Amino acid sequence: MHSVVCIKQVPDSAQIRVHPVTNTIMRQGVPAIVNPYDLFALEEALRLRDQLGGRVTVISMGPTQAEVALRKALSLGADDAILVTDKAFAGADTLATSYALAAAIRQIGKELPVDLVFTGKQTIDGDTAQVGPGIARRMGLQLLTYVSRIVEVAPERREIVVERRAEGGVQVLQTRLPCLITMLEDSNRMRFGSLPDALRAARQEVRHWDKTAAGIEDVTKIGLKGSPTIVSKVFTPSPRAEKAEMIAIEDGSPADLAAALLGRIAARFPGVEKELAQRA
Amino acid sequence: MSEPTAPVKKKRKVVLDQRLQAYRGVWVYIEHERGRVHPVSLELLGEGRKLADTLGVELAGVVMAGVDAGAEARGYCQTAFEYGADLCYLMQSDVLGEYRNEPYTQGLTDLVNAYQPEILLLGATTLGRDLAGSVATTLNTGLTADCTELAIDPDDRSLLSTRPTFGGSLLCTIVTLNYRPQMATVRPRVMAMPESQPGRTGRIVEHGLLLAEADIVTKVLEFIADDRRDTPQLPFADIIVAGGRGLGKPENFQLIRDLAKVLGAEVGASRPVVQAGWVEADRQVGQSGKTVRPKLYIAAGISGAIQHRVGMEGADCIVAINNDPDAPIFEFAHFGIVGDVATILPALTEAFWVKLKRQASLPPQEEAA
Ligand SMILES: Cc1cc2nc3c(=O)[nH]c(=O)nc-3n(C[C@H](O)[C@H](O)[C@H](O)COP(=O)(O)OP(=O)(O)OC[C@H]3O[C@@H](n4cnc5c(N)ncnc54)[C@H](O)[C@@H]3O)c2cc1C
Repeated sequence: MHSVVCIKQVPDSAQIRVHPVTNTIMRQGVPAIVNPYDLFALEEALRLRDQLGGRVTVISMGPTQAEVALRKALSLGADDAILVTDKAFAGADTLATSYALAAAIRQIGKELPVDLVFTGKQTIDGDTAQVGPGIARRMGLQLLTYVSRIVEVAPERREIVVERRAEGGVQVLQTRLPCLITMLEDSNRMRFGSLPDALRAARQEVRHWDKTAAGIEDVTKIGLKGSPTIVSKVFTPSPRAEKAEMIAIEDGSPADLAAALLGRIAARFPGVEKELAQRA
Repeated sequence: MSEPTAPVKKKRKVVLDQRLQAYRGVWVYIEHERGRVHPVSLELLGEGRKLADTLGVELAGVVMAGVDAGAEARGYCQTAFEYGADLCYLMQSDVLGEYRNEPYTQGLTDLVNAYQPEILLLGATTLGRDLAGSVATTLNTGLTADCTELAIDPDDRSLLSTRPTFGGSLLCTIVTLNYRPQMATVRPRVMAMPESQPGRTGRIVEHGLLLAEADIVTKVLEFIADDRRDTPQLPFADIIVAGGRGLGKPENFQLIRDLAKVLGAEVGASRPVVQAGWVEADRQVGQSGKTVRPKLYIAAGISGAIQHRVGMEGADCIVAINNDPDAPIFEFAHFGIVGDVATILPALTEAFWVKLKRQASLPPQEEAA
C-alpha cells in the first residue's frame, strides 16, 4: 500500500488575537501547527502501512516554513515528505490548491503508484472542506468523505470498504483503489512518534518541488490566477445595537431576580411565552 | 492555502464573459432524507427568494432522487414551491437511490450546464459539502463554504458571500470573479426558516441522467440509521439551556440539566466543557459545534466568546447569567443577571417550575386569554 497524506501547516487559531484598536489580526508569535484534522488522516495511513506493508508519503503545499509540519509528520512515522513550494502558488483558493496538489500527487505516482490519497476533514483556518473533493475530482479518483472507519482493504482485489458519516446515519461504502479519503475527527488516536523516527525526521531530506517539479502543466490554473474567488473585504462582526437589559434588584434574593426575569421575558417576548405555555 | 490567505482586493468590478452573462437564476439544492426535505434546504429557499427578487430572476429548487422515490420526489418539489421556489428541476434515476458522490456530481453538473444558473446554494451538511466541492471543481468555478450572510452587489449583480475567518474572530466577504455559477454552502440554522405558503405551486422541469448502475464504481453496502432517540437534535430545539466553564466543576452541570428538564429543553455547552468531558461533543454550540436558533437560549457561566456567539446569536431571546458584569455575553444577550450560577440557576429552575405548573392548572379559557 502506498498512501499519500496531504497536510497543511496552519496558525494555531486558539492563539490568534485581534488587535482591539486596529481590528487587525495579530499574527506575531502565533505558533504554526499541523492542521489537527490531518493527523487523523496520517494515523490511518500509518496503520494501513503497519498492517499491509508499503509506504506513507506526506505532501504539503505552502511556504518553505511548512517544512516544519512535514518533519513533524516524519517524526510520527511517515516515510517520505514533499513540500510543493513556489511563489507562483501564492494567493491560491481551494480550486487552485487542489489543482497543484493533484499534479504533484501524480508526480509522486510516477515514482511509486499511489493506492490511497488521504486528507483531513477540513482545515482549522479555512474550514472549507473543499480541497479533498477537489483533488479527487481532478485525479478522477473515487471520493469518500467523512470516513469514520476503514472496514477492510483488499489490495489484491483493489477494493476498500469504509464507513462514512452521512446525514442521519452511517453509509457502508465499497469502492475501488485508488481512491481519496477525507478522515473524520476522533476516528483514531494519533500515536506518539518513536525515538528512531524522531531521529530520522531530523536528518531526512524533505524534497522541495517547484511548479515544474510538481508537474504543473497549466500555470493559469495555479495561484491567484487560477482562483475563481477573492476576498473582497475583511471586517469585525458588528456589535448588537442594544446591550442586555440587566435584571438587578437591590438586596434582591436569587428568587426575586428569577421572578423579575420571567416577568420581563413575558413582557418583551410573547413568542417565548407561547412556547412555555405549550410545555406547561 | 485557503481563502482567508488570499490577498484582499479593493473593490474590483467583475466583468463577465459574454458566455457567462447567459447564466441566470438562483438555485437551491433540495436535500432530502427518508421522505422529508432537510430543513436547511427550506432555510436556503427563504434566502434564495430574497436574492432572486433582488436580481429580478426566478428561484429554482433542484430535486435529485431514485426512481423508487416516485411520487415522493414530486412532493419535495411541492414543498419547495411552498417555501418560495418558482420552479423545480427534477432528476430521477436508478443510480440516484442513495447519495453517492459520483452520480450526484454528474447529475448536478449536467443540470447546471443545461440550464445555467448564476447562483447555486447548498446546505453545509455532509452531503452538501461532499457534492458542492466536487461540482465546483468539475465546473471550474468558485465555492464559498459556511456562509453566514448572502447579498447581491448592486453594481454588478455578483453574489457577496460572507463567512467567518481566522477561527471566527473576523468575517470576510468573498466574491467569485469571471466564473459561473457562484456557489455557496450555508450551515443549518444560520438562516431563518421562511413561512410556508400552503397551496403555492410552480413548474416542474424533468431532466434525465444517462448513467447506468454498471458505470458507477462505488456501491452502498448498507445504511445504518442513527438511533434518533439518543442523538440530541440541538439545532432544532426551541429552548436550550447551555453551560460553560463558569459552572466550575462537572457536578455543577447538573444545575443546567435540572433547569433543562423543567423547561423540556435541550442541554447545550461551550467548547471547554465539552473538551473537559463534562458533556457529549454533539452538545457543543458554536463555530466548531452546532449552530442553533431556539426561541429561548439560557447561557450560564459562558463568557460569550465570538466562536460561541456565532453559533447562537440567531436565538430570539438570549438570557445570560455570569458573575462578571463585564462579560462579553452581556453585549449581545437580551437579558442579563450578574450573579453566581450556583444560586441563580436553582432559583430559575424553581421559578419556571412554579410558572409552568400554574399555567398547567389554569382552565383552558383563561389560558387562551
Ligand atoms: C477555532 C476555534 C473554534 C472554537 N469553537 C468554539 C465553539 O464551537 N464553541 C465554543 O463555545 N467555543 C469555541 N471556541 C472557544 C472559545 O474561543 C472560548 O474559549 C469558549 O467559548 C469559552 O468558553 P466558556 O465561555 O465556557 O469559558 P470562559 O471563557 O472561561 O468563560 C467562563 C465564564 O464564566 C463566568 N463565571 C465564572 N464563574 C462563574 C460563576 N460562579 N457564576 C457565573 N459565572 C461564572 C466567567 O465570568 C466567564 O465569563 C473556539 C475557539 C477557537 C480558536
